[in-house]
Amino acid sequence: MAKHAITLNVNGQAMDVAVDSRELLIHTLRDRLRLTGAHIGCETSHCGACTVDIDGASVKSCTMLAVQCQGADIRTVEGLATADGLHAVQEAFTQEHGLQCGFCTPGMLMRAYRFLQENPDPTDDEIRHGMAGNLCRCTGYQNIINAVRVAGEKLRQGEAEPAE
Amino acid sequence: MIPGNFEYHSASGVDEAVALLAEHGENGKLLAGGHSLLPMMKLRFAEPAHLIDLNGIEELRGIREDGDTLVIGAMTSENAVIASEVLQRRCPVLPEAARLIADPQVRNRGTIGGDALHGDPGNDHPAVLMALEAEFVVRSQKGERREPANGFYLGPYLTRLDDGDLVTAIRVPIPAPDHGYAYAKFKRKTGDYATAAACCLLEMEGDTCRKVRLTLTNVGPTPLRAEDAEELLTGQTIDAERIEQAAQAAMSICEPAEDLRGSPEYKTHMAGEMTRRALHTALERARGG
Repeated sequence: MAKHAITLNVNGQAMDVAVDSRELLIHTLRDRLRLTGAHIGCETSHCGACTVDIDGASVKSCTMLAVQCQGADIRTVEGLATADGLHAVQEAFTQEHGLQCGFCTPGMLMRAYRFLQENPDPTDDEIRHGMAGNLCRCTGYQNIINAVRVAGEKLRQGEAEPAE
Repeated sequence: MIPGNFEYHSASGVDEAVALLAEHGENGKLLAGGHSLLPMMKLRFAEPAHLIDLNGIEELRGIREDGDTLVIGAMTSENAVIASEVLQRRCPVLPEAARLIADPQVRNRGTIGGDALHGDPGNDHPAVLMALEAEFVVRSQKGERREPANGFYLGPYLTRLDDGDLVTAIRVPIPAPDHGYAYAKFKRKTGDYATAAACCLLEMEGDTCRKVRLTLTNVGPTPLRAEDAEELLTGQTIDAERIEQAAQAAMSICEPAEDLRGSPEYKTHMAGEMTRRALHTALERARGG
């Protein structure tokens, strides 16, 4: 079966790839583009470790075909930090111990990044519902909730600039 | 896990999608949000040779009022259903149910049409659309027809749709302005299918029930309409005793399969409890609570 030539705009860079119909976006990102930040967890759209941002919406990239992303703007966890330093959500997860093993973290960060744009000043209850599509087996979630709240504060205060 | 091989087609319009469906017959399958179909394809429960992607068809998305009817494009995402101001105002049970489906990421991709038409007895919209007496607008090469949601579901993954059919929209008669509603869903965790769920739409005339619709999710091979329970309530004063009778009548039609969510007895019991909760909430809302 013929491959599909597609262009993905990943973290601001146009990438041309040839993909099979059945290729899932997570595999294109990890295996072809070597962006291994997004993780493969459950592969059944439950765990959220593969969450990336597609055209301004959080999507589980294990349950979308790469060929469906022709022309899409995709942001992965590799695109969060800038030359100036970490993004506010990354800083907040570090400060608040929002991770232990780190496997779920790329998905958590990308979901938090989008969620805080959808709801810049959320209550804890709204954070819990907004992050409900991401599973963590280490932290017991409380520090993740704290991290998202603190990231929201940082973003609102315009303190997204890195400390060092 | 990766799906088996298939040919991918991106349809740019309804006519093209219908033509592709007709061309590929039973080997073709429509791709909506993909959050039921792609996992099934990974597990080889579904192995279509041709996948016809509807995501590029803009006319299949959106929600509008057409006289006394709401017209919801089949490819409208669950999050668009939740965010819809028109639905919040006219038919709030649909956003209420959509909020209980899956999780935020899945609701970005998952569509009301996909959920309603896949035929999975665990899906939530079918029971809600039955209670609303909705109709599906079906296109095929033979033309256009309408299929009522009641009577549409024949068995697990079996509906009145044929291989060449594409549902373009869901037509929902706008409920009376003062109607009460509720979708009560019991689930083990975020993202799970219902252990049992009940949908209630209620119209009151003072203390008397003018009209009621009661439907159940995931306690049978299809969504169920609890007609006996509806009859027990219609024209009656709704009090604790009536609600209990209706719950018992709803439980009597349940035939859930045993799985990790529990035994048939437990699920039936929970269907009764969800019926009570849905009735209570709908009654409160009908009274302006």
